[in-house]
Amino acid sequence: MNALPTPAAATADDVLVVDGLRKDYGGATVVDGLSFSIRRGTCYALLGPNGAGKTTTLRCCLGLTEPDGGGITLVGEPVPRHARRARIRVGVVPQMDNLDPDFTVTENLVVYGRYFGLADAEVLARVPGLLEFANLAHKKDARIGELSGGMKRRLTLARALVNDPDLIFMDEPTTGLDPQARHVIWERLKQLLARRKTILLTTHFMDEAERLATQLAVIDHGRKIAEGSPRDLIRAHIEPQVIEVYGDGALAWAERDGRQLADRLEVSGETAFCYAAEPARLLQSLERTAALRYLHRPANLEDVFLKLTGREMRDEA
Amino acid sequence: MSVVPAASGRTSRWALPQISARFVPVWRRNFLVWRKLFLERLLTNVIEPLLTIVAFGYGLGSLLPEVEGVSYLQFLASGAIAMSVIYSAKFESLWGAFSRMHVQKTWDAILHTPLAVDDLLLGEIFWAASKATFTALCILVMMWVLDIAREPTSLLVLPAAFFIALVFSAMALIVNAVARSYDLLSNYFTVVVMPLVFLSGVYFPLTQLPPWLREVAHWLPMTAAVDLVRPLALGRAPAHLARDVLLLACFGLFCYYVALVLTRRRLLK
Repeated sequence: MNALPTPAAATADDVLVVDGLRKDYGGATVVDGLSFSIRRGTCYALLGPNGAGKTTTLRCCLGLTEPDGGGITLVGEPVPRHARRARIRVGVVPQMDNLDPDFTVTENLVVYGRYFGLADAEVLARVPGLLEFANLAHKKDARIGELSGGMKRRLTLARALVNDPDLIFMDEPTTGLDPQARHVIWERLKQLLARRKTILLTTHFMDEAERLATQLAVIDHGRKIAEGSPRDLIRAHIEPQVIEVYGDGALAWAERDGRQLADRLEVSGETAFCYAAEPARLLQSLERTAALRYLHRPANLEDVFLKLTGREMRDEA
Repeated sequence: MSVVPAASGRTSRWALPQISARFVPVWRRNFLVWRKLFLERLLTNVIEPLLTIVAFGYGLGSLLPEVEGVSYLQFLASGAIAMSVIYSAKFESLWGAFSRMHVQKTWDAILHTPLAVDDLLLGEIFWAASKATFTALCILVMMWVLDIAREPTSLLVLPAAFFIALVFSAMALIVNAVARSYDLLSNYFTVVVMPLVFLSGVYFPLTQLPPWLREVAHWLPMTAAVDLVRPLALGRAPAHLARDVLLLACFGLFCYYVALVLTRRRLLK
């Protein structure tokens, strides 16, 4: 395992500081000495397979789950001791929508604002801006049942902003959305970052992490096994080029030629992944061999992730 | 900036409740839903007790002698107020609360805000009590219209109803905290709530019970509830006001604390 870079000392501009967080469930350690901090105006992503401890970490940071060890400071408040005070300036976009089905879009926002101690008049003043941001202005009096999945997600995002939070937690925000909807959400998140909002994101979508994260941590078995910007991680952990080979004879070719010509070879199912700094000889070999299909691309975060956490399926812990 | 270590252990689950006005937005939320469905709900609020009073009060009552100095119709109707208040509080804190907590995940959304479980449950309890008081009002109006009883003291039934409903809502929230499906709610209602209400003096005075059962019934919070409401509706003073209020208050506070601990355990894993 590569040595982790020494974490930068927490500064006053850190919106969230997690130090040695530990959480056990029934004898198993789900979060094991996790430490990270998030600078204002950045997006920090927690990337990890199922059961890695991402959601537990989020819940500890919010003061909803009590940790067994370690310290958390959220928007300057110690958590869980002053969790409620901290949550005044925090927004949460949960994994599953939990909008009020009996209310309209606007009512959902107003009712939620009340939980933060906001007067109705104040929330109603913010509603047009929130709906504009979520592209739901034309649906302001629609009932939740009339909204599509993407619209509900955008409303959940708008709702998380009703108290004008400093930090927004997002637990797998684009799971289950079609490509257009995902792009809209990403675009909105970038707008938030431009406004100096801070985001903590958990995801298992590599493209999402690569697009949005300023910094990310790869989590497995409750531990941070890599940390850095997406580009730094790719550069540090993986060969720059990848050729995916599939089709008839792919595996045979891989054993014969691929293994010798690539810097590193991995086989997953019916596909061979050839990692190389200089892919020229691999490409020549592939062109010579008929009936092979291949895809040549730069290495990405998914490659880093699979190298660090393995290719086996993870069932929910 | 120093990082303050988190407290370890499960101590916060057992922490005493923090009472504050933070519960008000939860009440308002439930009120807004109720307002939208008002007309439908009004019908059930009125029809259900009306049926009881008509079938048993008029129908059966015409065959029965006086009970405790009043006609059976008056005896039953005044007891039915307490019964409806208890049932209404239970319905709201069983089916209503479970739907919000488990099906809609509304409680999860609320717990992401500065509210705690303490505020959530208090909001639910005060809401259930508000709804139950409205039910009591409907029955009082009905009793007035049908000339069953027109006592000015019956106005005091309303604060009594509110207080009683707080207690039974808290009791129901214990069951809600441990329910995995609607089945437990139904079973609890049928096996626990209804029999206890039958034993509490709504349909017949406790003197009709065998002595050993009468002894048990004396200690039921349901009985205390009936003993508070019936006299007020019939223009009398409750026989043992302080005792009944104290019994209900202690039981209610106990139930709220237990519901709080169990709900915390469920939602704050």
